[in-house]
Amino acid sequence: MVEHLAASNDVTITLPRVGERIPTVVVDDAHVIYRVHKGAGGGTTPVAALRRLVKRTSAPNIQEVHAVKGVTFTAYRGEAIGLIGSNGSGKSTILRAIAGLLPVNRGAVYTQGQPSLLGVNAALLNDLSGERNVTLGCLAMGMHPDDVARMTPEIIEFSGINERGDFASLPMRTYSSGMAARLRFSIAAAKKHDVLLIDEALATGDKGFRKRSEQRVRELRESAGTVFLVSHQLSSVRDTCERTIWLESGLIRMDGPTDEVIRAYEAFSNKK
Amino acid sequence: MADTALVDPATGLTQAQLAARHGLRVAGERPSLAEYSRRLWAYRHFIAAYANAKLVASYSNAKLGQIWQVLTPLTNAAVYYLIFGVVLAQKEIPNFIAYLTTGLFIFNFTQSAVLAGTQSISSNLGLIRALHFPRASLPVAATLTQFQQLLASMVVLVGIVLVTGEPITPEWLLMVPALLLQAVFNAGIVLVVARMGSKSSDLKQLMPFIMRTWMYGSGVLYSVSLFNRLPEWASTLIQYNPMLVYIELARHALLEQAPLLNESLTRLWLVAAGWAVVAGIGGFVYFWRGEQEYGRG
Repeated sequence: MVEHLAASNDVTITLPRVGERIPTVVVDDAHVIYRVHKGAGGGTTPVAALRRLVKRTSAPNIQEVHAVKGVTFTAYRGEAIGLIGSNGSGKSTILRAIAGLLPVNRGAVYTQGQPSLLGVNAALLNDLSGERNVTLGCLAMGMHPDDVARMTPEIIEFSGINERGDFASLPMRTYSSGMAARLRFSIAAAKKHDVLLIDEALATGDKGFRKRSEQRVRELRESAGTVFLVSHQLSSVRDTCERTIWLESGLIRMDGPTDEVIRAYEAFSNKK
Repeated sequence: MADTALVDPATGLTQAQLAARHGLRVAGERPSLAEYSRRLWAYRHFIAAYANAKLVASYSNAKLGQIWQVLTPLTNAAVYYLIFGVVLAQKEIPNFIAYLTTGLFIFNFTQSAVLAGTQSISSNLGLIRALHFPRASLPVAATLTQFQQLLASMVVLVGIVLVTGEPITPEWLLMVPALLLQAVFNAGIVLVVARMGSKSSDLKQLMPFIMRTWMYGSGVLYSVSLFNRLPEWASTLIQYNPMLVYIELARHALLEQAPLLNESLTRLWLVAAGWAVVAGIGGFVYFWRGEQEYGRG
């Protein structure tokens, strides 16, 4: 946005407003409803299935879960936002909606560029070596092959998987879950993302790695990205995010500075 | 609807206006077909690396490793030769081994590509949910992996054809365009089954039977002259069977006396090219139309 400012000398210049914040994610009254298959139940006879096909009604063994019930917020460039809340409060769902992986049923989610979701499930090819997975992951993020070749050693170094022997050349199925998660995080963090969504990915590393990754999240923020962090570890939210959104049953309960929100959240969960 | 017109106190804009003002896009929006094609091209390095990686990974647990690339088609050919050549003692076709293996390897290219393609979305959900790339990369890479496999079996095939006494002729060069047309056709079919397989997991169970039926209708294991015993309309229909067409092109290129169902070579090439264009473009458009749905659920 550009504001016309009358400067003290008589020249009118056009300047971006000081401290003007550029939104990267705009969530406008988002509702997410997803369907859960309950498995075989009543009405699974072929005749019933055919009738459903003809009448275009959904199967009776599918239950709808209203996971996000009208969430509105705006995230700005350079922000790191923590998402906290009890299990099933819709934190991961809203992340997947921002990433464009789950459709919103009502409302809208607008994003700048393509947000990348970094979750613990981000499996690469387990039969291949860690090094090869780094190459593949970087190419999948759209990096140029020359950049990939240049950055591969850095990424492996950052992940620290080679601290106990040459694990980078071993297949990923031989890795411990912590090592695999570290490698995945290192790959995703190698690229500058406009919006990076982290779902519990920092919880798996050891202390040294956690320190490095928090440092990396800070760098990513400085390079004009926005970071979302879903975590049950309040300490990692406190260390990386200055703003926190507290979700409860699909609604925003509180949105504000991390310290305040976490204090309220702790009071809430201790009372329960 | 809840309060959509909620106004940001700092700017006095609604959320939608704020988004529009800064050029934000709706999350997960499908790009136009041209834009999608452009992105897919930009991901060609990923497609190549992924196809290669899959090829390496498929034999990484075997002791003999990459030798299986050659051993698998050889064993396959040996089994079918034992049954159809020795036990059933096929006499009708001159040089039956070469006839059989040509058909088998050409058909196997499509068969394994389709089987791999059916799962190319559903077995990569982790990757799809983690990173954004044009999803068509995965089925295309699956086709490419099988194309690399095909090149290994072509080495075996050339060996078999030469050992069984076929001469090397300039017509062998026709294998190159024939295989390329088949690869385009396969990519199209793989894109179709990939989208279908991403929705219904039952397709994976069904596909082997569909492919086997297709194989019996493509004159792989027996002489194509058997099809002439069918009613007129059925044998005409089979002449347009894309798999039969690609197999006949290969047999025509490599073998001297193989019986062919199609008499007109020009028509054979036209049908082969037609199928490649129809399947290639149709499959790509069909897959693109489902782009937002992959990985959801």
